[in-house]
Amino acid sequence: MYWTYLRRELSGRKKQTTIVATGLAIAIALVIIVNALSAGVRDAQAQALESVYGVGTDLTVSGAQAEPGEGGGRGGPQFDFDDDEGTTADDGTTNLSQSRLMTDFLRGTIEASTLDTVSGIDGVAAASGALSLTNTTFDGELPQRPDATTDDTAEGGQAQPMPDDGDGGGMGGFGGGSFSVDSFTVLGVEAADTAVGPLSAVEVTEGRALADADAGAYVAVLDASYATSADLAVGDTLDVGGTAFEIVGVVSSTSSEADTAANVYIPLDVAQDLSGAGDVVSTVYVQAASSDQISAVQAALEEALPDVTVSSQSDLASDVSGSLASASSLITSLGTWLSVIVLAVAVALAILFTISGISRRTREIGTLKAIGWSNRRVVGQVAGESVVQALIGGAIGVVLGLAGVLAITLISPTISSAPAAESTFGPGGSGGMGGMGGFGAQLGQTSADIVLSAPLSVGIVVLALLLAVAGGLVAGAFGGWRAARLSPAEALRAVA
Amino acid sequence: MTIIEQSPAEPAATPDVPAYRLAGVTKTYSQKGRVVQALKGVDLEIAPGEFVTIQGPTGGGKSTLLQLLGALDTPTAGHVMIGDTDLAQASATDLEHVRAREIGFVFQAFNLIPTLTAAENVDMGLEPLGLGSAERAARVTDALERVGLAERADHRPGELSGGQQQRVAIARAIAKRPRVLLADEPTGNLDESMRDDILAVLEQLNADGLTLIVVTHDSAVARRAGRRLRLDKGTVRDITR
Repeated sequence: MYWTYLRRELSGRKKQTTIVATGLAIAIALVIIVNALSAGVRDAQAQALESVYGVGTDLTVSGAQAEPGEGGGRGGPQFDFDDDEGTTADDGTTNLSQSRLMTDFLRGTIEASTLDTVSGIDGVAAASGALSLTNTTFDGELPQRPDATTDDTAEGGQAQPMPDDGDGGGMGGFGGGSFSVDSFTVLGVEAADTAVGPLSAVEVTEGRALADADAGAYVAVLDASYATSADLAVGDTLDVGGTAFEIVGVVSSTSSEADTAANVYIPLDVAQDLSGAGDVVSTVYVQAASSDQISAVQAALEEALPDVTVSSQSDLASDVSGSLASASSLITSLGTWLSVIVLAVAVALAILFTISGISRRTREIGTLKAIGWSNRRVVGQVAGESVVQALIGGAIGVVLGLAGVLAITLISPTISSAPAAESTFGPGGSGGMGGMGGFGAQLGQTSADIVLSAPLSVGIVVLALLLAVAGGLVAGAFGGWRAARLSPAEALRAVA
Repeated sequence: MTIIEQSPAEPAATPDVPAYRLAGVTKTYSQKGRVVQALKGVDLEIAPGEFVTIQGPTGGGKSTLLQLLGALDTPTAGHVMIGDTDLAQASATDLEHVRAREIGFVFQAFNLIPTLTAAENVDMGLEPLGLGSAERAARVTDALERVGLAERADHRPGELSGGQQQRVAIARAIAKRPRVLLADEPTGNLDESMRDDILAVLEQLNADGLTLIVVTHDSAVARRAGRRLRLDKGTVRDITR
């Protein structure tokens, strides 16, 4: 009789059942889609981080941030040319070219010996160090220098006013020229460090990887994307910091959509030497012995190395920029709040309709009590109706949610991600050729285009259904409480 | 209407024990800030197998008395004995038990569940008894046959006439084989011919030994009773002639 009565009642109140079920269905579908997207964003973030920090990196140790100009540096690469630099062609045109290999001037480096300190911390399974550099090449072509008709001589390549040539060029200027600035990121690494760090997330696609025997040698391995864009291959040479390097290999990220951590990889000692940075590294990558030791290792590192910055995966994740960061923010804040609000509204609707239904069924409930139904039996009937309504809504919501997740999977939106710039060149210093400031570009940044997925687990579906049932139970509890309070005599008097 | 089968009712309580014994029953309640005394010191005994009608003006306390007899409410003072159970002292669970097993109730507006068939409505009355499905089905069939509606078992209330609906309500009340059947204006919503049908059913049940207490305005109904009571301004007097 229980199920017969329940089924008949819900069939008899189709409109109410439809509204309640629809509300819950939308809420449950949102919960599923938001949870799946959150999981997808987490996967994407992990992928993005993996391409930069490698597989298995739990913590990073890096130098403290520095203000531009701190320590006497003027920030940005500086290109100084002597009077006799460059090659001059027969027509008097002078070609100038210079490369600079520099560390990130906005972040300090750390002593290489820090790696030993880190490795000695309890709970550290593996550690490796790398030196992040940016190679910037200036190429310029200057026309024939003005005749010495003035008593000024150029100093440091400063522009001198030119006589009016009648071509409408106006007074002043040096007669024109063309300049270009090119850059690529360089990572100095220890060849043997493949367990953790950037090299743990790459695979050789051409040639070979760096080897221990390459220490001190001018050899380089290129990122596959960079090699393609620069039209370079194994066997070619590449100018790094004014020195020719032989390209011995090409690597790509184990994540198909991402670039590796840098454009070019060279031996660490060579990188330290060429950049003039000394026996330093930019980052130490740390792998904890187990995931539950990460916090303890982080604390121990911060205590042992007070002058550095120790970052965990979640700290690093917050550095991810690009549309991935926007997607993460959108899903975790807006998406979560939206699904909470919609769920609350759906449950409130269910409660209101249940209570309203009880009011309209006052005589019916009074009759049931009069013919001998116990309070518990009546409450159980009312609660059962609410739970079944909720289950109907939950089931429809699961179907809608699955459809939404399938749609996202079919569309496969691509989102970009980039870690916060470690080689950001802002307005440069003065001097040189009138200052190189103003690019504002984030040079040497590793970016990744990642396909956003929406992985679904059985757990999320079960959670969604449980939420629906919980919503039904809450509505049923309110309705049942209302029904239980009805005295049969009052209920029957109410319609007399 | 033809009563297809007549089966004897369950034996009533021994003749020495009244079906009901009311002693000093008073019922007051608040209504819109006023205190209303619906019953004032009612003393009453109803023997097993009696057919009693209760008449009186509107607001005289008839429905209140019926609700006390039906264990739907408890008196403010006094005792309402049904067999050996004092409804005035009973707990909520005990009252539920009495309503489920001892008392059958028939309402003026039939109070059937509109989404259930006639047989299912009758079955609703057996729900609290915890009977097996075979026993329940047998009782449902028997009750519908006793009121002459066996062939309408699968019809919903909307497909039945007023008289037929009231017969289903009576079947629901008697399926549990109660000690007493209480009816609140059972013919109030029926025309003359349907009223007679219902009265015939009630009389037959009474003839089978069921104690019958009917609240009614209808003198035609009252004339059929073995005992007539009048309830006016909260007090009862016997007007049987």
